[in-house]
Amino acid sequence: MGNKRLIQGNEACVEGALKAGARFFAGYPITPSTEIAELMAEKLPLAGGVFMQMEDEIASIATIIGASIAGAKAMTATSGPGFSLMQENLGFAAMTEVPVVVVNVTRGGPSTGTPTKASQGDLMQARWGCHGDHPVIVLAPSSVQEVYDLTITAFNMAEKYMVPVVLLYDEVVGHLREGVELTSSQEIIHREMPTVSPAEYLPYATGDGLIPKLAPFGSGYRYHMSGLSHDETGFPTSNPGTIENLLVRLNDKIAKNRKDIIKYKTYDLDDAQVIFLAYGSPVRSALQVQKEARARGEKVGLIQLQTLWPFPHELLTDVFAKTKANFIIPELSLGQLADEVSKSVPQAKITRVNRNDGALISPAQLEQALKGVL
Amino acid sequence: MNYKEMLRQNKMPHIWCPGCGHGMVLSAFLRALAQKELDPNNVAVISGIGCSSRASGYLDFNTLHTTHGRAIPFATGIKMAKPGLKVIVLTGDGDSTAIGGNHLIHAARRNIDLTVIVFNNNIYGMTSGQYSPLTPHMKYATTAPYGNFDYPFDLVNLAKGAGATFVARGATAHPRHLEKLISQGLDHKGFSLIEVVTQCPTYFGRKNKMGSPVDMLQWQRENTSTSGKEGAIPLGVFVQEERPEYGDNYFQLVKTVAEGKSGE
Amino acid sequence: MVSKFQVSILPKYCKGCGICVSVCPKKVLASGKDGKVQAVHPDLCIGCLNCEYHCPDFAITVAEGGKNGK
Repeated sequence: MGNKRLIQGNEACVEGALKAGARFFAGYPITPSTEIAELMAEKLPLAGGVFMQMEDEIASIATIIGASIAGAKAMTATSGPGFSLMQENLGFAAMTEVPVVVVNVTRGGPSTGTPTKASQGDLMQARWGCHGDHPVIVLAPSSVQEVYDLTITAFNMAEKYMVPVVLLYDEVVGHLREGVELTSSQEIIHREMPTVSPAEYLPYATGDGLIPKLAPFGSGYRYHMSGLSHDETGFPTSNPGTIENLLVRLNDKIAKNRKDIIKYKTYDLDDAQVIFLAYGSPVRSALQVQKEARARGEKVGLIQLQTLWPFPHELLTDVFAKTKANFIIPELSLGQLADEVSKSVPQAKITRVNRNDGALISPAQLEQALKGVL
Repeated sequence: MNYKEMLRQNKMPHIWCPGCGHGMVLSAFLRALAQKELDPNNVAVISGIGCSSRASGYLDFNTLHTTHGRAIPFATGIKMAKPGLKVIVLTGDGDSTAIGGNHLIHAARRNIDLTVIVFNNNIYGMTSGQYSPLTPHMKYATTAPYGNFDYPFDLVNLAKGAGATFVARGATAHPRHLEKLISQGLDHKGFSLIEVVTQCPTYFGRKNKMGSPVDMLQWQRENTSTSGKEGAIPLGVFVQEERPEYGDNYFQLVKTVAEGKSGE
Repeated sequence: MVSKFQVSILPKYCKGCGICVSVCPKKVLASGKDGKVQAVHPDLCIGCLNCEYHCPDFAITVAEGGKNGK
């Protein structure tokens, strides 16, 4: 018998985190993600975990990185303003290869913006918010079920690739209530432990692989971890070759595993002349319009991105090569997604449907855009 | 265990300037820690950014060199995820009271079991000589060429006001006294802060014409006091009280909640 | 007269700051030509450990017993 429930996106996130084995949350109240903190406060203690409300978002992400260094699966949740404050330490997690999950429930920006409204204006920040070429994975659900599933995926990818993973969804996905099946077939992944003895242990020695085996603090492997460019011992280095090798390896963890990391859903692409491309809440309107168009015999397809970063350029170039389709890109921003898509398929005709008044992109709006293209 | 065995010998000699007091603080800390006969696997030393914060790299424990001002929240996460660890934070005056000030006062308020040692040399040494929130009024620094217009915190009163349950101040010129204070701080269950007056001959000393490291230590002997000498920087233990420790509190409450729930 | 204590110095660690010399009550120590400390009168050492406790560089160890060579 499944575990079917009618719950809010933010609650599904908490359920997914617990299912993934998360036992540490530190956060700071911020609309529209506060329900995550509230539910973690209620459920984590009963699961033998730790909930902490910190003094600010900088402390929140520092605390979960510390918890992860001690071996816990750890998470925080915030929104644009808090996510901005978290950037430096997100880079620290990327540099020291400490797995953490940061949930960013996006609201209208910039600045205080429209706290209770949805927006997708943080797409580029999720990738380039902190300085330096750093590895990060960004996943984006568009339904309550997908929040549950992708939260589990987020933890699995963080533990597998030893990177920070951002779960990015807008206020609508966070606050809407939907039926959700709280069971998952995903295998739960845990970071690999060292196999050598403490005496031979080098925390960042990865052999011919890319991913280090970081023993939790207090597990009998004593080592040094630093945000400074470091060698395989974890100690700071000024050796040019070592510095570059580290930067390349850190980013190769993502670049060399795109196939496993890039998730998406496609609908009726084979003969598509027009393709909707979207992530998050706009997917819901696009899906309805796409289905209705198909019912009328119109050759319309849909691509729903679930992994935003690394950006699925190959998917788009392949699809365009086969179909030469026009793209319609609905997004709650001035076109950050469309700009990125135009880099993948420069020759494709892209119709942008940008909405920034805080309301949802309606099916009618997309119906109209479709008419203009067909 | 001999305290020098706690050093990562292959990382020595350390990078601090000749006569810098940080090595003296580290020595007092290790001498105090050696008495506790702790398993090095269960000791974690967390530092922020700055001259002081290079200390963690020299220690054969679980060591973490974090971002500027954030050693305390990193340490909080480690402590709460693995309460069995002895967690020590080594930080500087700028690292802990400027950019890290918000975390310092909240960790004190929480009374989480951390031993925080503030290497107070009244200057940002790593970035070569700017004044910090603990630089005395009208002292010179590269960003106070006409004297520091700012007024410093009294770190002891700041920590006390924030709720720290053990607060002490020592000085590098009194290494045995400093060792005792750190030892008491390590024994204390809860948030313990030890400010250490330490000398920076390269910047603060030079900018303020305080002579050699030896002269700076002599200045300390004449300007610090454990007996309340007028105008001298007071040394000693200022706060030592018992209050439920944050982690103990948390895990105790969770136990009662879980039992309550299962009893329903 | 031979001291009961042995002063051992690690020149590799010593940065020649002179603090130990200034706190030794028996003038056992002095700065050498290279600026680093040397035990010039090891036999006068009374084992007070001032030098070891004041050394910022972990460069001096004073131990009981053993023949006190130069």
